[in-house]
Amino acid sequence: MSKINLDEIDSLHYDVLKELGNIGAGNATTALSQLLNMKLDMKVPKVDLVGFDKLASSICDEEELVVAIYLMLEGDIEGSMMFMVEKKAATCLVNQLMGRPVHDDRDFDEMDLSALQEIGNIITGAYLSSLSTLTRLTIAASIPYMSIDMAAAILSVPAIEFGKIGDKALLIETQFGDEVLINGYFILIPELASYDKILASLGL
Amino acid sequence: MDEMIKVGMADLKVCPFPNAITTLGLGSCVGIAIYDPISKVGGLAHVMLPDSTQIRNNSNRAKFADTGIMDLIDLMVKAGATRNRLVAKIAGGAQMFAFSGQSDMVRIGARNVEASKLKLKELGVRLLAEDTGLNYGRTVEFYTETGDFIIKSVGKERKII
Repeated sequence: MSKINLDEIDSLHYDVLKELGNIGAGNATTALSQLLNMKLDMKVPKVDLVGFDKLASSICDEEELVVAIYLMLEGDIEGSMMFMVEKKAATCLVNQLMGRPVHDDRDFDEMDLSALQEIGNIITGAYLSSLSTLTRLTIAASIPYMSIDMAAAILSVPAIEFGKIGDKALLIETQFGDEVLINGYFILIPELASYDKILASLGL
Repeated sequence: MDEMIKVGMADLKVCPFPNAITTLGLGSCVGIAIYDPISKVGGLAHVMLPDSTQIRNNSNRAKFADTGIMDLIDLMVKAGATRNRLVAKIAGGAQMFAFSGQSDMVRIGARNVEASKLKLKELGVRLLAEDTGLNYGRTVEFYTETGDFIIKSVGKERKII
């Protein structure tokens, strides 16, 4: 039996997951700031276990358009992770990278899409590498898969993965920005056995 | 129509005439609308996984196609529907990310659709129409006045099945 049950988690394990979320999100923000060559302030991330019924609505309107990057994880930690931003925010990020006015609202062309994919790659890569350093566990990520659609539809994918082990998902919300504030969401979905490995690696 | 009833993820509700019922942004999940055309009692289930017997933690019955459909029908019968008149329309079961390979995770949308159809068939509920698969999210609305199941997706025409 695994040590962790996400539906009835004890406060120590919750704090550990929270801290991993904080550190990962912090590193991801630094990487993004370097990529965009701009100063990004980050607020303390909010880490929460959210029931499926409120997963989408706790983030934004269920039908809000979002951009999401999804990766499969292999190695010591198995499972998957997702990074998601509202499409409006993703547009600002791409505009910044492409040297356009930040609020230029336009549809993504091929170039923008591959820029977005790269942004997602760098953010998730930084997140995972900090997690790997901290736990001294090997994490290999698949290529990033991207999707742009309604928030609830996108969130169904991680929710289903969590659904196999419980009724809640671990959601990490970070807010970063300078002139524009951007909300980014990380969802980390280790297999149950991997939770135990993470805790064991930290001596718990 | 009086009221639009909202169904969440891993949730199911009965919809008495003349109301309508909706669930927003179905991805790999499946929305199963069941209807008695005579009493006009409707219902909608939003299921996430195909089979409750494959999962240890299966207390939330609305999460699974098999137990979700069974429970929805029971509730509808209690609300005045007649079991052998029930018909169904389903939507969802998309693959939201273009994962390669044939793992369980890749096929989850398709498996949800298959499991829903199988359960409906087992319970003798005729499937009238479906809008399933592909790679985009769907918001669905079911109207008890007409039996229409309306499907809305980003950048696509509204569909009525």
